[in-house]
Amino acid sequence: MTAAFKVEHATRSSRIGMAAFALALLLLAAAPAWGGRDDLRLLAEIYAYVALASLWNLLAGYAGLVSVGQQAYVGLGAYVLFASTILAGVHPLLAVPVAGAIAAIVALPVAGLMFRLRGHYFAIGTWVVAEVFRLSASQISALGGGSGISLPASIVTAMAPSRQLREFLIYWVALALMVAVLAAIVLLLRSRYGLALTAIRDNELAARSSGVDVTRTKLVVYILTALGTAMIGALIFLQKLRISPDTAFSVNDWTAFVIFITVIGGIGRVEGPIIGTIVFFLLRQTLADLGSLYLLMLGAVAIAVMLLAPKGIWGFLAGRFGWQLFPLERRLRFAADARTT
Amino acid sequence: MPEPLLDVRALDAYYGDFQALFRVSLRVAAGEVVAVIGANGAGKSTLLKCIAGVIPSRRDAILFDDEPIGDAPAHTVVARGIALVPEGRRLFSSLSVEENLLIGGQLGRPGPWRLSRIYELFPTLAARRHAPSTSLSGGEQQMVAIGRALMSNPKLLLCDEISLGLAPVVVRDVYARLPAIVSEGSSLIIVEQDIVQALKAADHVYCLQEGRVALAGAAATLTREAISAAYFGA
Amino acid sequence: MEWANIVIQGVLIGGLYAMFAAGLALIFGVMRLVNIAHGDLIVLAAYIALMTTDTLGMNPLLAILIVAPIMAAIGYCLQRALLNRTLGNDLLPPLLVTFGLSVIIQNALLELFTADSRRLSAGAIEVASFPLAPGIWIGVLPLLQFVVAVAVIGALQLLFYRTAFGRAFRATADDQSVSQLMGLDNRHVFALAMALSLAVIAVAGVFIAVRTNFDPAIGPARLIFGFEAVIIGGLGSMWGTLAGGIILGVSQAIGAQINPGWQLLAGHLAFLLILALRPEGLFPKVKG
Repeated sequence: MTAAFKVEHATRSSRIGMAAFALALLLLAAAPAWGGRDDLRLLAEIYAYVALASLWNLLAGYAGLVSVGQQAYVGLGAYVLFASTILAGVHPLLAVPVAGAIAAIVALPVAGLMFRLRGHYFAIGTWVVAEVFRLSASQISALGGGSGISLPASIVTAMAPSRQLREFLIYWVALALMVAVLAAIVLLLRSRYGLALTAIRDNELAARSSGVDVTRTKLVVYILTALGTAMIGALIFLQKLRISPDTAFSVNDWTAFVIFITVIGGIGRVEGPIIGTIVFFLLRQTLADLGSLYLLMLGAVAIAVMLLAPKGIWGFLAGRFGWQLFPLERRLRFAADARTT
Repeated sequence: MPEPLLDVRALDAYYGDFQALFRVSLRVAAGEVVAVIGANGAGKSTLLKCIAGVIPSRRDAILFDDEPIGDAPAHTVVARGIALVPEGRRLFSSLSVEENLLIGGQLGRPGPWRLSRIYELFPTLAARRHAPSTSLSGGEQQMVAIGRALMSNPKLLLCDEISLGLAPVVVRDVYARLPAIVSEGSSLIIVEQDIVQALKAADHVYCLQEGRVALAGAAATLTREAISAAYFGA
Repeated sequence: MEWANIVIQGVLIGGLYAMFAAGLALIFGVMRLVNIAHGDLIVLAAYIALMTTDTLGMNPLLAILIVAPIMAAIGYCLQRALLNRTLGNDLLPPLLVTFGLSVIIQNALLELFTADSRRLSAGAIEVASFPLAPGIWIGVLPLLQFVVAVAVIGALQLLFYRTAFGRAFRATADDQSVSQLMGLDNRHVFALAMALSLAVIAVAGVFIAVRTNFDPAIGPARLIFGFEAVIIGGLGSMWGTLAGGIILGVSQAIGAQINPGWQLLAGHLAFLLILALRPEGLFPKVKG
């Protein structure tokens, strides 16, 4: 028996958007050919932030779990990478998914504790967890304690024989990781889990009474986000070649910027973090010299956006023009429509 | 004819895109008891909320003591002398009975209603004055809610479905206090689903049907047929 | 005897943590807002105290009389101009706006005062101490701070439960729509609550300025201590908050005694333990 209806996801806008996106990806994949060393580093940083912001967006904008402690997993991933390569001899690139796996395992008991807190208190609780991770890391003397450690040359050369090849390798892995994170998010949102998430976002009580297992859905999202965040963190610090508790668990770098990016770009929409990251880096290129004034302005802009345009840049554009980059809409097409009556 | 205390003129009310009231007009004279009846969803509570300032309206749609108050926010409307006993009692759960009454008198408007007078009106409350407000029976809670509103010494008291969820004997008990309230100088608007009680207590009756005034007149002159027709719609 | 001294020190600093917590809990109780910038406002108060003592040359402890009204005014304006607009059913706006505020305050202080560590001198009282019992010494300043903390919390309790002012707060916390029917302007009530919270923060800020070195970045840690004290003590009880602060302080002191690097970690672990075993806190408000 054929189904009485079909669920369609794509719109004209998203078809154009996806085509443009694919084109852009091809261009970016070829970057080692046309870009210099600094370009590649900058692009890798952009990919990292797009991925981090997308994951934070999934957690906060879709699952309603506003965390100001995701730096816990960035740092955890980075430290697992350094620990497994230095202490256990794991190949650096293999250590990235290892970092993700360990983070996913750690995230389970953390969620068990954190889910006892609601709303705002959950947010601060995640910050406490990040602090615990940071303080614990500074107690590990094998990894440099409070002052940190550099990745030994032997491990660095194990990745690839030449420096140039290493840079290309890390660049492609960064690009691949970003694409994987975005793809995973889009697929998740298209699935029934995604429908459940949207229901939870709109009205948690109604979702619960419709049979959605809210706690399990949130748990799954929390663990997946931790996994992704840790892998990105591992890659970031693999590129930096040096780690310390304060940099690995920095609130500014891994939470403040991520939050501002997502707010300005547009919370609750997958395209938001991408737009937000672009705006963020444009601002940074022009205003970087201002140091703490830059952060101050960013904070002020984020507040202004939150109060005046809470849907962010993309939210405004999508609301006004109906644009969509990713095929995430859900439209029912009934089989009966195809027949003439 | 003297100016009415409350003059509602062609009032419209909206919840978002949904229109709940259509050009509703109503008058309350000083010392009068007006009943507003109607089926569920007819707009009775909405009408009271507009008068109390909980729902903003067109400025000149509501005149109180000749002053336009349609767009005045709720906390200023109380200061002018209109108090609402909200639907479902809505007592402050972390306050005791006496604290609920005291906060009603927060504004310190002059008038006959003070704690002692409220306890005279509702003697059972005096014995439970320090109890948490939520530990009282439904009828007692209703009395606290009315007393709380009276503490602001209103010229106009709005009662939203005070019989809701109460046993008939309790409802009669509560309604028995209304004349004392009127004699102290407050006019009343009572919104009721209990038509019998409303007609007994009121001088004038308005019947709302789907947001419109379907019937209006002196309580004594309205026939049951007319009320039925207006209530359910012909 | 060593351990007795440690515990006493922990208790005394617990009073300070309880003050951090009191301001936080007050705001959450009245308007369901958790101010992420709470800790940074404490640091702001410390810097205002610094400016006050620099220009007027007075003892920092006396400066409280100037800093508290200033902070209260800042709190009132902050709430009315900015934070009232974030209140509502959605969780994100108040959280993100106060987070943005935290970043702004930290960086503004950084621009104005640089990252240098500062400290205010309260004179001879800083090193004075007296023996409570043979071998047990109590610093006068820490004891004074503890006594003031207890007094502040007691005053807040009194305010909330014995005054019309406090009644208005509690009513608004119970039901924001019906409180308006009592003639209470929510915008004003919330702003007063924030002003009160910041006045408490002012006292805490001055104490910090005298007790430790401070710089623009120490705010978030104070927020965390206040938050942990609230959770350990249990939401809804001011005295529970005091107990929470003391437990946190004692945990930290014991941790520091075992290993200086474990001070903060010990406090966090105590918090996580309570969260795991008794998430409603040790002295939660019992709902009738």
